[in-house]
Amino acid sequence: MEKLENIQKEIIRISGVNPKKCMQCGKCSGTCPAYDQMEYHPHQFVSMLKSGDIEPLLKSESIYACLTCFACVDRCPRGVEPAKIIDAVRVIVQREQGKSRLKADGIEKYLDEEIPGQALVTAMRKYNK
Amino acid sequence: MQRIGVFVCWCGTNIAGTVDVSKVSEALKNEPGVVYSTDYQYMCSQAGQDLIKNAVKEHNLTGIVVCSCSPRMHENTFRKTASAAGLNPYMVEIANIREQCSWVHKDIEVGTEKAIILGRAAIAKLHLNAPLTAGESPVTKRALVIGGGIAGIQTALDIAEAGFPVDIVEKQPTIGGKMAQLDKTFPTLDCAACILTPKMVEAGSHEKINIYAYSQVEEVNGFVGNFEVKIRKKARFVKEDLCTGCGICTEKCPQKKVPNEFNLGMDNRSAIYIPFAQAVPKIATIDPNACAKLKTGKCGLCERVCTAKAIDYTQQDQIITEKYGAIVVATGFNPISMDKFDEFAYNQSKDVVTSLEYERIMNAAGPTAGKLLRPSDGKHPHKIVFIQCVGSRCENCAEKGKEYCSKICCMYTAKHAMLTRDKYPDTDVTVFYIDVRTPGKAFDEFYRRAVEDYGVNYVKGMVGKVIPDGDKLIVRGSSLLDNKQLTIEADMVVLAAAIEPDKTARSLATMLTASMDTNDFFTEAHPKLRPVESPTAGVFLSGTCQGPKDIPETVSQAGAAAAKVIGLLAKDKLTGNPCVAEPNQLMCNGCSSCERVCPYGAITYEDKEYRMPDRTTQMRRVASVNPAVCQGCGACTVACPSGAMDLKGFTNKQIMAEVDAICK
Amino acid sequence: MQVNEFKPKIVAFCCNWCSYAGADLAGNNRLNYPADVKIIRVPCSCRVNPTFILRAFQRGADGVILCGCHPGDCHYTSGNYYTRRRMALLFSMLDYLGIERERTRVEWVSAAEGAKFSTTMNEFVETIKNLGENKRLEDLRCKK
Repeated sequence: MEKLENIQKEIIRISGVNPKKCMQCGKCSGTCPAYDQMEYHPHQFVSMLKSGDIEPLLKSESIYACLTCFACVDRCPRGVEPAKIIDAVRVIVQREQGKSRLKADGIEKYLDEEIPGQALVTAMRKYNK
Repeated sequence: MQRIGVFVCWCGTNIAGTVDVSKVSEALKNEPGVVYSTDYQYMCSQAGQDLIKNAVKEHNLTGIVVCSCSPRMHENTFRKTASAAGLNPYMVEIANIREQCSWVHKDIEVGTEKAIILGRAAIAKLHLNAPLTAGESPVTKRALVIGGGIAGIQTALDIAEAGFPVDIVEKQPTIGGKMAQLDKTFPTLDCAACILTPKMVEAGSHEKINIYAYSQVEEVNGFVGNFEVKIRKKARFVKEDLCTGCGICTEKCPQKKVPNEFNLGMDNRSAIYIPFAQAVPKIATIDPNACAKLKTGKCGLCERVCTAKAIDYTQQDQIITEKYGAIVVATGFNPISMDKFDEFAYNQSKDVVTSLEYERIMNAAGPTAGKLLRPSDGKHPHKIVFIQCVGSRCENCAEKGKEYCSKICCMYTAKHAMLTRDKYPDTDVTVFYIDVRTPGKAFDEFYRRAVEDYGVNYVKGMVGKVIPDGDKLIVRGSSLLDNKQLTIEADMVVLAAAIEPDKTARSLATMLTASMDTNDFFTEAHPKLRPVESPTAGVFLSGTCQGPKDIPETVSQAGAAAAKVIGLLAKDKLTGNPCVAEPNQLMCNGCSSCERVCPYGAITYEDKEYRMPDRTTQMRRVASVNPAVCQGCGACTVACPSGAMDLKGFTNKQIMAEVDAICK
Repeated sequence: MQVNEFKPKIVAFCCNWCSYAGADLAGNNRLNYPADVKIIRVPCSCRVNPTFILRAFQRGADGVILCGCHPGDCHYTSGNYYTRRRMALLFSMLDYLGIERERTRVEWVSAAEGAKFSTTMNEFVETIKNLGENKRLEDLRCKK
């Protein structure tokens, strides 16, 4: 329990976001292009961070669905910046040992003509520590 | 040397409980200048006041010190007592030994000691008091109302009904303001024109009201009761006294492709125009930017068709100077620009409109004659999406939107949705809302009716993006209650744009030295107790220039402002506060430091002739304070580098004397 | 025992519209603070000339506190902004003179903050008591 509270503080510290500024308009989720791929949506990240309900977020696949396109950051009328929260949650998950999302040997199956090599390198940097 | 009387009040046990009043009275008897000292149970009672009056006469006192409750409580009472006893009311000092002594200390010795010191300080100050007389200034019995919307019209009518002449200055060619552009009004759904135009006519024909339409305030001088205002009456190129408003010129004018401001540019008007049929004054105006005659000298058709011979292409702007006792600001609002909200595609599609534009579309006198048609292709829309809070409650985007709630959007959106469903049941209406705010008489019932009786689909959430796609608009938004992202193919999108104060308000505030908040709304003298007065004396606020308001609120505030103006104009003379700044002109070096810090513009400089020690004369630039404008804050006294400025009633010497007495 | 106890002399300048009313409210609510504090009423905190404060120290005051309306709430619109700037300058001058900075204080107290007035005064008197008597600027010629 105490640990979760620390994680909540850590997410707020890394992202620099104040979830209390949110007025629950839902513009972030209305604007999100990856909405359908997400189990928890941008507005839920904000409200769950605020209430301290962090655990489901840590376990959710949604943190990898976020494209970090920052549409929500751009359009949020209160300056809450939900994408930065999602990014911070992802960073925290990846910092745990053995939680690498992408391992070097797993890349082979993504290889195809369509994906630029640079995208793979970026993904490797982002999802492997 | 003053002859001072000291009067120590017991206030029952309020003071006597923790202060030994007789000891205080005894101790203060020995102070220099004190010839009489006594204590009494209730000094503010009739008997207590009589005691003071008798003592003044008997002992020939020149000033009195009352050791009692806070001066905020009974200073006026004792000033009146002194006055009745033949003293100057400002020869009274109060030592606050209740709120700031007996009530906050428990030990009687400590309390008594402090009370004596406070009494001493008051005596020390009183030694330096001088009789003060409040200045008087006459009141010009004429009011100026700036802005001719519903707020200005109502204020002007109420003042005029009380018998005082009023001038309305309106920058548009007609009065009426935003309300004239509305279709129906919530929550009763009566038509705006039906309730507004009779008031416009009444204002236009009232013998006490004079309307300066197509005019602007250029300069304001003077102070409460004595304002002098310069008004620029722009050239209409039409003689106001001759034009009958028949409208032939507007029909014959060959230049017909000028965007019509009244319909927000959704249709065109001619270069010579009357904004709308019910305009007051109903006089044609030539738009100098569009008229071929004024631009190239070739045309002159309107002059030929005008049977009243009212056209005058040589007309010039006129400057009118008029005196007023009071000024009412009623400059109103505008919807904010949608240019920066790219996500709603306002600039990409004609079918994304603001609520005010939708209002014109729904209005029988509007560009579509009241038929609901899309601006792009004139087709009837079957699906309309309304988006609320566009630019309102926008905290971090100051360059884009506004931090405050615009207050009226929830209700007008409910109105639009309801009217649309009422007239066109085949049109589907969806409203995206963050909160529905309906605090007002019959407001929530109105909103519920839209949902329950008219089947308006309210979605809790916000639209993230509007994408024009062929003749459709793809609206993507979230439904927070269903935890879903919605994609709606709409025919029209209506944006409830935030409202902001009119752009001219800022320069007007500077002219009036009236203060504004960060959003350019005028600040009131007190947010609760003086809501229609500006902190600048003689300037009053009416309508949305003070904050977002709907029509009923605007009208009641307009009436309240009028009542305040009538109260001011009913006086023949204004009595000022005698505790005002006063420069010692012999010491003044003319540096302007005081002028710069004065929040009221009360200090001016004048050249005066002085005799110098060597018997020559010299012109010197010296400060002078207008006592009617000075509010007595004292900022100038500290700013003055030569110590020439002092504040009557709180002079440097008086405060120093108090400091000395306390530190003794 | 009681005789030797240090009784600081403290002058409080309070603006008429906010802080003086706040002090009255502290009284109405019977919120105690030490009797060492003596209040001088001024129309606005900007009426307080820094020389008044120097004068108080010269005459043996141990602490001076200046109370005004909160920034933005000044009855005269901008008076307390001038106060804030003037006091910043005075502070550096007092530093130069060697008078402890804690002996002078500026505090914003509104008419509704009786409790704040009382706690501020309690704190301030405590600070001054810890600092002890102020001798630095006292004009010894004033003492007989």
